[in-house]
Formats: sequence, structure tokens, C-alpha cells
Amino acid sequence: MQSCLIRLVDLRKSFGRNVVLDGLNLDIHDHESVVILGPSGTGKSVLLKHIVGILRPDSGQVFFRNQRIDNLSERNLEPIRKRFGFLFQGAALFDSLNVLENIAFPLREHTDHNDSQIRAIVADKLAMVGLSGTESKMPADLSGGMKKRVALARAIALDPEVVLYDEPTTGLDPIRSDVINELILKLNDELHVTSIIVTHDMTSAFKVADRMVMLSRGKVIAEGPPNAIRTNPNPEVQNFVLGKASPEDLEALHRNK
Amino acid sequence: MKFVEQLGAKALAAVETLGDYLCFVGTILYWTFRGPGRFARRQLLLQMFDIGTLSIPVVMITGAFIGAVLAIEALPQFQSIGLAGRIGSVINISVVKQIGPVLTAVMLAGRVGGALTAELGTMRVTEQIDALRAMATDPTRALAVPRFVACLIMTPVLTVFSDVLGMAGGWVMAVKVNAVDNAEYWLHTREALDLYTINTGFIKAFFFGAAIASIACYKGFKCGPGAQGVGRACTESFVLSFITILVMNFFVAVLMNALAPSGGGMF
Repeated sequence: MQSCLIRLVDLRKSFGRNVVLDGLNLDIHDHESVVILGPSGTGKSVLLKHIVGILRPDSGQVFFRNQRIDNLSERNLEPIRKRFGFLFQGAALFDSLNVLENIAFPLREHTDHNDSQIRAIVADKLAMVGLSGTESKMPADLSGGMKKRVALARAIALDPEVVLYDEPTTGLDPIRSDVINELILKLNDELHVTSIIVTHDMTSAFKVADRMVMLSRGKVIAEGPPNAIRTNPNPEVQNFVLGKASPEDLEALHRNK
Repeated sequence: MKFVEQLGAKALAAVETLGDYLCFVGTILYWTFRGPGRFARRQLLLQMFDIGTLSIPVVMITGAFIGAVLAIEALPQFQSIGLAGRIGSVINISVVKQIGPVLTAVMLAGRVGGALTAELGTMRVTEQIDALRAMATDPTRALAVPRFVACLIMTPVLTVFSDVLGMAGGWVMAVKVNAVDNAEYWLHTREALDLYTINTGFIKAFFFGAAIASIACYKGFKCGPGAQGVGRACTESFVLSFITILVMNFFVAVLMNALAPSGGGMF
């Protein structure tokens, strides 16, 4: 039995009248690669932000290694956050800093390494994501895929235990998407991290997942290994896996003609 | 009844925002004195260059022309009562105590305050501020503190440039163009312009710098979603800074006059 790394208990979150998480329960274990699926607007990114305390739940609890973290102050959360790497949907690189300074940022903030040690670590992380020699480039000079890889290098700069990926392949062409998928697998393999990947890209999901969790209307509606999700009888899950519009969506379209 | 309800809700929201802003300023001061970390220290010189050095030409040009305008508007009044030489004290006190610091602050609120709000607001909407938090870094410490300290240091420095050029502009118009006696001009200036008066301007500039940076950073951090949110935050930042500068100018002037060793002149 794997130990429970992250536990979400009856998580509820609303923005105004919009209920995004509605009593969500989820356990994530050490060293597994969990893909969180679901249509846009079902609270996947919101869920990810609750795990590191960027968002706080209206009710419910978040545990990391059996320690409750949703009620910690920002300052008390900092040691926990250092154990996470977060790849944001739009990469979220600092525009005013070059690649070297972006990746060096968490190292300068949280370690006592000197400049040459930091440069060596940055070079190592860049090699890991296949972007050696790009240290002096500015984020504006990078393509979408390169930005995500630099952001991933920054996310793993402090050798985290858990890496959170928020739609890592969104906006990339199929080849660049596959590069990111391979990178996720490589990092799982080499760094032995736990990966939580939010996506609605099914090709990517089936490639990187040990376990899949499907959300709908703020709740988990299906959970299991990729094959179990592929053969899940729930029509909502099937429509999502096959990329088919639901009969209700089609009816709404035709009604508006 | 609904009107009263709405008024109450707006008043409550305003008090809540003020409290939130004061907490934000408290956090900035806490990190400033506790040490904001390696990244913020590295950013400080860059921010001082952006906020200070790049603002020098704007502040100098506006200072020079305001000094010159003061001279040509006030001189006929002084000439009509035969006290043309006294114009030096009027121009230079006005420049050093009022126009220099206020004009510098207003220019900074527009040039720097707007840019700071836009930069931080864009960082917020592109999740860069969330990324900082996810990397266990307080955004106030890493982003607001170096900007705040740079503004505190550079606003008085820029005020020196504005003062010097304002005095020069007034002198050129009075002495060189309108033939006021040079020795008399400086004699009256020296009589009126003591160290306390000069420091009054710099103390004001220090407070203005604090207000501009804290308001600009606060508005940037709290900006709404999308391009519209950033635009609105920039406008609010400038308007609020401008009002704060003028209100603060009044209260600091009252305070400094009350504390003046010789009783001081009115403002």
C-alpha cells in the first residue's frame, strides 16, 4: 500500500455564485502520476491551486503528508511550498528576467549557493529539459513550447517532491506536446517525483497517467487506471474520452438556429 | 432606503480597502527592515535606475519651465511696488518648498506609478505573482519592497534636480531677461532660504515617494482580470496618488510649519 501524500477532503470553493468545487475528495500517493481530466471550467486548475495554498477552500481540508495545510498562514506555508514545483498554464516566466535568472530565482531565494553554483544548477536543469545554452535568452524570445520547458526547469530547480502541471500541452502543436509528455515521463523516472497533471488533452493524458481522475461540476465522477477510464460506462466520461459533444450540447446548438 | 444601503455598502468597502492597503504598507515596512532577500536586493539598483535616472530629464524640463513662468508672472507685481529684487526669495521658496517636491511627485506618479501598476498588474493577470507564491516567496517582499525603497530614495534626489532647474529657470527670466539686480536677487534668496526650508521640501518628497510606490504596488497587486483590469488599475493608481500627494502636501506643510524653529511662514 503506497503512503498517502496529498489528501483533499470535502473541498468546496465558489467564486460569487459560481460553485467550482463541490465536496471534492481525492487521495494522491507517493511517486504516482495522476492526471486530472475534465471539461473547461470544471475546477481543475482551481483544484491544483488549492494543493499549494494559492487558493483557500470555503470549506473542507487539504493535507500534505498528514499535515493540514489549508489553514496555515502564508509564512507557515512557505516550507511546504518549497517541496512543490508548479508549471503554470501560461508558463508564468518573469518577463523582465532572462532564462538564467528565472531558473535561478528559487535558488537565490531559498538556498545559500553562490553565483557559480547557481549557474551550474541552472545549466543542469536546462540540460534536463533539453534547452542547454539558452541562459541569456529573454522569455519574449522563446516559443510557447520553450517557455513551458524553461518554466519546468524553474519548477524543478529546488528538487521538489511533487510537480504540479497546469495544462502543460495547451496551445502547443502535437509534436511540441509530445516533447512535454516525454519530459514529464523523464522527470518521473529520473527525479522520482509525484506528478499531478491537469489536462483535457487525451493523448497526453493516456501517455503520462498511472491513474486518471475525471471531474465534472466540481466533483470526481470517475477514477482509476487509464484503461478503466477508457472503458468507463458513464456517458459523460465516454464523451470526454472520445471527444464527442453530448446530446444536450447538440440539442442546445440546434435549438438556437 | 436602497440609497442608504448602497451608501453604507460603499463606505464599508472603502474602509475595508483602506485597512487592506495599510496592512500592505505594514508588510512592506516589515520586510524592508527585516531584509527582503537576495532577489529584492539585486532588483533595488535596477529599480533606482528605472524610477530615478530615467525620470531626470522629465523632472528637469518641467522644473525649469515652472520656475521661469513663476518669474514672468510675479515680476510685474513686484516691479509695480518697487521691490523687484525681492522676487528671488519668492521664486526660490516656492520652488524649494512647494513646486519642486510636488511637481516631481506628480511627474513620478504619472511616469513611474502608472508603469509600476501596469507591470505588477500584468504580472498578476499572467499568473507571475501566483508563481512567486508557489515558489514560497512573498510577492510583497520580492516585488514591492525594492520598488518602494527605490522610490523613497529617488524622489528626494529627483526633487534636487527639479529644485535646481526651477531656481535656474526663475533666475534666467528675472535676472537675465528682465534685468533684476543679480546681487539683490541672491541676497533676498539667502535671507529667505534657510536649511529648514530646504529640508521641508525633501521631507515632503520622501513621503510622496512612499505614497506613490505603495499605492502603485497595491493597485498592481489587486488589479482585476484582463487588459481592462490593468488599464483601470493604472488610472486608479494615478488618480489616487495625485490626490494623496496634494492632501499629504497640505498636512506635511502644516506639520513642518508648526515645528519650524522661527515659527515659519504660512506653508
